[in-house]
Amino acid sequence: MNTAIDLMNGAMMLSFVILGLSQLMAMVRLVIGPDTGDRILALDTMVINAIGLIVLLGIAQGTQVYFEVTLIIAMLGFVSTVAYARFVLRGDIIE
Amino acid sequence: MSLFLIVALPFLGALLPGLMNSAGRQACAGITFTVTLSAFIGLLTNAPAVFAGNVVTVGVDWMPLLGLNFNLMLDGLGFFFAMLILGIGLLIITYARFYLSREDNMGEFFTYLLLFQGAMVGIVLSDNILLLLIFWELTSLSSFLLIGYWKHLPEGRQGARMALTVTGMGGLSMIGGMLILGQIAGSYDLSVILENRELIQESPLYLPALILILLGCFTKSAQFPFHFWLPHAMAAPTPVSAYLHSATMVKAGIFLMARMWPVLSGTTEWFVIVTTAGLITMVLGAVIALFKHDLKALLAFSTVSHLGLITMLLGTGTAFGAMAAMFHILNHATFKAALFMSAGIVDHEAHTRDIRRLGGLRHLMPITFVIATLGALSMAGIPLLNGFLSKEMMLEEANRTVLFNTPWLVPVMATVGSLFSAAYCFRLISHTFLGPVRKDYPSAPHDPGAGLWMPPAILIVPVIAIGVAPFLAEPFVKMVTASVLGEAAEVPTAYFKIWHGLVPALFMSIIATVGGLILLGLFKPLLRGWDAAPRPEAKVIFEGLVEGIVAVAKRLVLPLHDGSFSRYSAFAAVTIIGVGYYAWMTGTVGTATRELQPAGPVPVAGWLMLVAAALGLVFLHRNRLLSLVLIGIAGLMVSVGFVFFSAPDLAMTQFTVEAVTIILLLLALNFLPNRTPVESTVLRRSRDTVIAVAGGLATFALSYHYLLRDSVAPAISAFHVENSYKGGGGTNMVNVILVDFRGFDTYGEIIVLGIAALVIYALTEALLGGPVRARLLNRLPDQPRAGDMHPMMMVVMTRVMMPIIMMVGFYIFLRGHNEPGGGFISGLVVSIGVVIQYMASGFGWTTARLRYPYHGIIGAGVLIAGLTGIGSWFVAKPFLTSDFTYVRIPPFNEFELATAALFDLGVFLAVVGAVMLALESLSRLARRQEAMESEYPMDIDPSREDNDVALQKEEA
Repeated sequence: MNTAIDLMNGAMMLSFVILGLSQLMAMVRLVIGPDTGDRILALDTMVINAIGLIVLLGIAQGTQVYFEVTLIIAMLGFVSTVAYARFVLRGDIIE
Repeated sequence: MSLFLIVALPFLGALLPGLMNSAGRQACAGITFTVTLSAFIGLLTNAPAVFAGNVVTVGVDWMPLLGLNFNLMLDGLGFFFAMLILGIGLLIITYARFYLSREDNMGEFFTYLLLFQGAMVGIVLSDNILLLLIFWELTSLSSFLLIGYWKHLPEGRQGARMALTVTGMGGLSMIGGMLILGQIAGSYDLSVILENRELIQESPLYLPALILILLGCFTKSAQFPFHFWLPHAMAAPTPVSAYLHSATMVKAGIFLMARMWPVLSGTTEWFVIVTTAGLITMVLGAVIALFKHDLKALLAFSTVSHLGLITMLLGTGTAFGAMAAMFHILNHATFKAALFMSAGIVDHEAHTRDIRRLGGLRHLMPITFVIATLGALSMAGIPLLNGFLSKEMMLEEANRTVLFNTPWLVPVMATVGSLFSAAYCFRLISHTFLGPVRKDYPSAPHDPGAGLWMPPAILIVPVIAIGVAPFLAEPFVKMVTASVLGEAAEVPTAYFKIWHGLVPALFMSIIATVGGLILLGLFKPLLRGWDAAPRPEAKVIFEGLVEGIVAVAKRLVLPLHDGSFSRYSAFAAVTIIGVGYYAWMTGTVGTATRELQPAGPVPVAGWLMLVAAALGLVFLHRNRLLSLVLIGIAGLMVSVGFVFFSAPDLAMTQFTVEAVTIILLLLALNFLPNRTPVESTVLRRSRDTVIAVAGGLATFALSYHYLLRDSVAPAISAFHVENSYKGGGGTNMVNVILVDFRGFDTYGEIIVLGIAALVIYALTEALLGGPVRARLLNRLPDQPRAGDMHPMMMVVMTRVMMPIIMMVGFYIFLRGHNEPGGGFISGLVVSIGVVIQYMASGFGWTTARLRYPYHGIIGAGVLIAGLTGIGSWFVAKPFLTSDFTYVRIPPFNEFELATAALFDLGVFLAVVGAVMLALESLSRLARRQEAMESEYPMDIDPSREDNDVALQKEEA
């Protein structure tokens, strides 16, 4: 029993660290670029990592109330990425 | 009829002429007439009570804490004025129907007229001085609209502006006076104030209150030195001049002096100020009137003079003076309105009001001649007409009045005033109607139809009737006088009669009449002298004064308010930091009561990212797109932070708002260069850096300090926690606060949101309607563009996402009351779902499939929210009281029905409409000439035959 909980805690810890690290690395990519495309993709990665972080937080606290937040971010997170991309490609995002 | 209804009828009826405008002029005037007639009859139903000496009162508390009660009372004085306003109003409406030409918008005119009428009736029936002030300002505003009715005439606009400025300033000072008066008496109700004569007159604040109130009265009633606006207001259509500037509005000041007579009069201050102002106005007005060539200007100055006469009579402070004043108000209203209407007829038929171009109209316009002559003779004070009677009473009163210890001053001035008054009346008759018929009238004059001459003719009937049989008016005037005097004095016993014997007043009257005739004989040499004499021109002085004030205001305001946003925020930031620092240094600081929370690695990583994003923004902000991306990080990390602090509602809102903002800013960036140019000096940037760093440090210090301490007063959140479920029926406190506890705030906010969106729409419309449109249409892209305008992958994806997003939106909306969510978030979610359709398939394609306009959606939202609030009135609860219940419909589980959900629906609709309208407006600006609107959702579609057409168009 204890082993299971320890295992669980360790996995949580590890996941947090991995997600936090990848978030930071995405951030670095965003700052150094070099291309606008890289930066937009980095932001998109950060959105996905953020979903992971929030879900992990929910698991860690044993609550479901954060679920809808992740639902909305997952559903609409791509919109700003698409908008940036359209802006780079066409200049006008609604034409 | 209830007094409420009498006051309300003109206001309610003011809607009708505008609505009836398309039904024709007859219907429009007819409905206005009916409205006024109903109010008039309603007033007459109260006559028996008033004549029996009773005071009819009704009242409801409006804002009792402020002493503002909607109390109305009808006594003799109020009845008298209301009768003048409504009775003459009926004649004016008839006259205006025939006076206004086909080009004039009659509905607009009658709407303004009824608004004015309602405000006037409100003044004379008010029993609360604060209520009276409201109506007072309403007359100023509605008269502004009426004077400026002919918007194409610059004189009309200038005259209206001048009238509004002068009477508005007077109104402002009167507010001060009334507030002081109310403070002294301890109540704002007239009935209470009128009973406290001694208290008020002994107060040290009596003099300031008196001066402030008199300023209001003098400006409104055009007393010297504020008499100059009235002649300039004559640019109004004649019905307006006849109504406002002879019978009603200019008498409002006099009404108020009469109303306040029992408490304010009788002191030396009152006597000196009011009598002097009245006397000067009377003589000055009469002298100027004689030399005016414009018929209406002549009548305007004669009105100024007669108002001075009435003011002077009220100033004497004797009961007889008050009675003479009341009698003269009645007489003046009848003959002056008739004269104005006759002047209007002459203008209407001969197309000029210039006396020098008239003359000999006696043969051409016999009916008008008779009406105008009777009116003018009455004004001159010729026996057997009503003007004679009140003028005799005035001279008699003047004879008894001693001003500045000089017994002869008032009688001589009064005689001089009467003399000039007789002279201009004679000039009006002889130079307009007598003499030979001329051949050079601008238009062939003839008598008009009965619609125009009947109203003045009706007014001439009492002129003669009272003149011949004064006893007809006596009981009525005495009844009015009794209510003016109140308990301050007894009604004089003097009878109204034509022959008083060989009294001094008779000799003064004879001197005036004979002198008037002599002046008329000597008119030509007198006019030469008058034209040669230098005189101050009121309009020039007034405009110079206004320009001077504007210049001073500009010098004060412009250096502070130069349109530079960074300057404003610098001022604001420095002030706030300074004040905060002062508070920190001088106030007491408690010790920390909370522990610092441990910082785990993940929050530190999030914090690092926020810091990095903010710092990056500082250094990279000249690249606009990049700074937008960095803002995106900040938004994302703040959302995660909200979740970390257990605020999922805020996280959802933050994220959706973020997405909409990015789209909005990208739409705007389309019109801007990619890089922000360097526009400020190094010095300025250093200054801004210092301020920004100081602001950041101050914010940090404040939040650090605050987070470590419990708040001084118990927070309101305890109440919310306790009552959210019990009172609001929801477990999601955030949502219950939004739609229930602070529902009224939210209601205001969605209205503001809707207005903001409509303003964006209006600005876009204005921009596209102007010369900018061509430049926007022909603008060329500043960089090479990808070929596929509407890629298939995106189209397919957004179509698939749409129902899912709607479903989630619906889910978020429904659960909002008990779980994180609600109308606001779901509105944002749904509008993002719609925006991506715009992004995928283009503006034209999406707009063509739009079934409801966004304005309508905003309106529906505000309406639903408002109706939900109003619904609680039906169960006798205050606005927006919420209610909820639990129902069970098999086979579902028990669920909750709350009125708050309906309100939330309103919020939802308003948010969707506002967001979409704003985004749509901005993207409409980006239409370009070369981009063809496609009827297909995507440019390249393998299942279509004419696949390349759209592409070719694009390349071409």
